[in-house]
Amino acid sequence: MWPIIQIETFKIFKRPRTYIAFGAIAALILVIQMGLKIDGESYAAFLMKDINNTLIVDGKVLNGYLICYILLQLLLVHVPLLVALIAADMISGEANLGTLRLLLTTPYSRTQWVLAKFIAASFYTILLLIWLAFLALFLSMWIFGTDDLFLMKSNYVVLIEGQDVFWRYVGAFVFASFSLLTVTALGFLMSSLANNSIGPIVATISAIVFFTILSTLNIPLFSAIKPYLFTTHMNNWKEFFDIKVTESNEAITGSILNVAKIKNSIIVLVVHIILFVSASVWIVRKKDILS
Amino acid sequence: MKFKSTIFIGILMCAQFLSNAQTNALVERVRLKLNTVNDYTAEGVMKTDVSFIKASLGKVKVYYKKPNLIKVKKDGGISLLPKGGVSITMNSLLSTDQYIAIEAGKQLYKGKTLDVIKLVPTDDKLDWVISTLWIDPVEALVYKTFTTTKDNGSFEIAMDYGAYTSYGLPSKIVFGFNTKDYKLPNGITLEFGDEAPISKQKAMKNKKGTIEIAYSSYIINKGVSSSLF
Repeated sequence: MWPIIQIETFKIFKRPRTYIAFGAIAALILVIQMGLKIDGESYAAFLMKDINNTLIVDGKVLNGYLICYILLQLLLVHVPLLVALIAADMISGEANLGTLRLLLTTPYSRTQWVLAKFIAASFYTILLLIWLAFLALFLSMWIFGTDDLFLMKSNYVVLIEGQDVFWRYVGAFVFASFSLLTVTALGFLMSSLANNSIGPIVATISAIVFFTILSTLNIPLFSAIKPYLFTTHMNNWKEFFDIKVTESNEAITGSILNVAKIKNSIIVLVVHIILFVSASVWIVRKKDILS
Repeated sequence: MKFKSTIFIGILMCAQFLSNAQTNALVERVRLKLNTVNDYTAEGVMKTDVSFIKASLGKVKVYYKKPNLIKVKKDGGISLLPKGGVSITMNSLLSTDQYIAIEAGKQLYKGKTLDVIKLVPTDDKLDWVISTLWIDPVEALVYKTFTTTKDNGSFEIAMDYGAYTSYGLPSKIVFGFNTKDYKLPNGITLEFGDEAPISKQKAMKNKKGTIEIAYSSYIINKGVSSSLF
C-alpha cells in the first residue's frame, strides 16, 4: 500500500490549491504578530482593564506564549475550513475527472485506495498543523520572547510559570491534530458521497459551521446532544492551559485541571474519525463506478 | 524683661504640650526602630490568593529605600501586587512625622495584648487618609495595620516577626485588600458554550484577596540602587 500512499501524497502537493492553506495561515499569523508587535501594549491594557483596577501586573505579559495562545484561539476555529478544501476533494475530485474508474481497476483494492487517500490527506493536515505550530509558537517565541503565561479567561485568570508552558503547547498541538483529523475524515466521507469537487467542500464547511453553532449555544434543548458532537470537543485543547489549585488557592505547577475532559474528547474525536473513515470505505466499496 | 521671659517659657510649654498630644511614645519607639533601616534587600516567597486568579508560589526580591521607595520583583516572571498597597508598609507609613496619633484602647491579637493607635495624617500630600496600628507595647512591633488610602481603597497588613525583630522587619507579611469583579466577554476570550455555573461565578466575585510574602533573608543597610525603583 505504501506506493499508492506516496502517489496520493504526491498528487496533493502537486496541486497549487494545497499551498493556499499554508499561505493563508502564514499571512494571518504574520499580520497578527505585526499588529501585536506594534500596538500590543494597548491590546494587553484593554484585556487587563478589570485586573488593573485591583492589581498591578508586573512583567512581560505580551510574550511569545500568550501570542501563540491568541493565535491558536483565532486560527484553530478556521483551519478546519482549509483542511476541508483538500480532504473533501480526495475522492469526489477523482470521480469528477473520471479517473476514479482507472484507480479502482488497479490491483489495489478499493479499501486500500480509500485508506491510502485518507493517510495522504492526514499527512497534509498534520503538515499544516506543524506549519501553524512553527509560525504561531516558535516564531512568536523568537519575536516576543518568553515569560510566564498570563492567561485571561472569561471568569478567571491563570498564571502559568514559563518553564511549565511549553509541554502544554505540545499537548495542545497533539490534541489539535485529533480535531483536524476528524475534519479530514468528515471531508473524506462527504467526498465519497459526491461526484463533483465543490459539493463536498461546501457540505463539510456547512457541517462544521452548523455543529459549531450548536456546540456554542447555551440552550438547554441542545445540551443533551452537545457531548456527542465532535465540534464540542475540538476546542478542548484549551484544557491544557487550565491548572489545578490547592485548598488555599495555590496553583499546582505541572498539573492540568481536567485531564478526564481531555481524554474524553480524544476518545470522542477518535470514534468520529473511525466512523467517518469506515463509512467512506463502505460507501466507496459499494459505489457504482460504471454509470 | 521678666514678663517677656515668662511669656516665652509659656509658649514653649504650650508647644511641648501640643506636640505630646499629637505624637505617641509607643509610635515613636516603633518609628525609631524602623528608622535604623535605611535600605534593605529581602528575599522571600510570594503567594497570591485572589478568588479569580490561579497562580503558583513565586520567589521574590523586595527592595526598600528610605523614605518610601519599595519594589517587589519576582525572580523572573510575572508578579501580581495589590494596587497601591505595597507602598503602604510600616517603613513608609512611619517615615514621616506628619500625623496625629490617637490611642484607641487595647485588643487581644494572636495571644498578645496590643495597643490600638489610630494615625491621621496632617500632610495633605500623603497617600493615606487614616491608619490603625496594632502595636505590641513590650517589643514596640506593629503586628497589624489597617490603612485607608486616597485612591486605592483600604488595605489590611498583618505581620509576623522572626530573626529581624530588632530592626522591626517582619518575617512574614500578608496584604489583605478588596478585589473588584473580573469578567471578560466571551467574544474576546472566544470561550463559547463553556459557561461556569452561576454559583461558581458568584463565589469568584466580591471576595477579599491576599498576597503573602514569607521572607527568608534580609540584607540591611548595605545600599540599594535608586535605579531599581
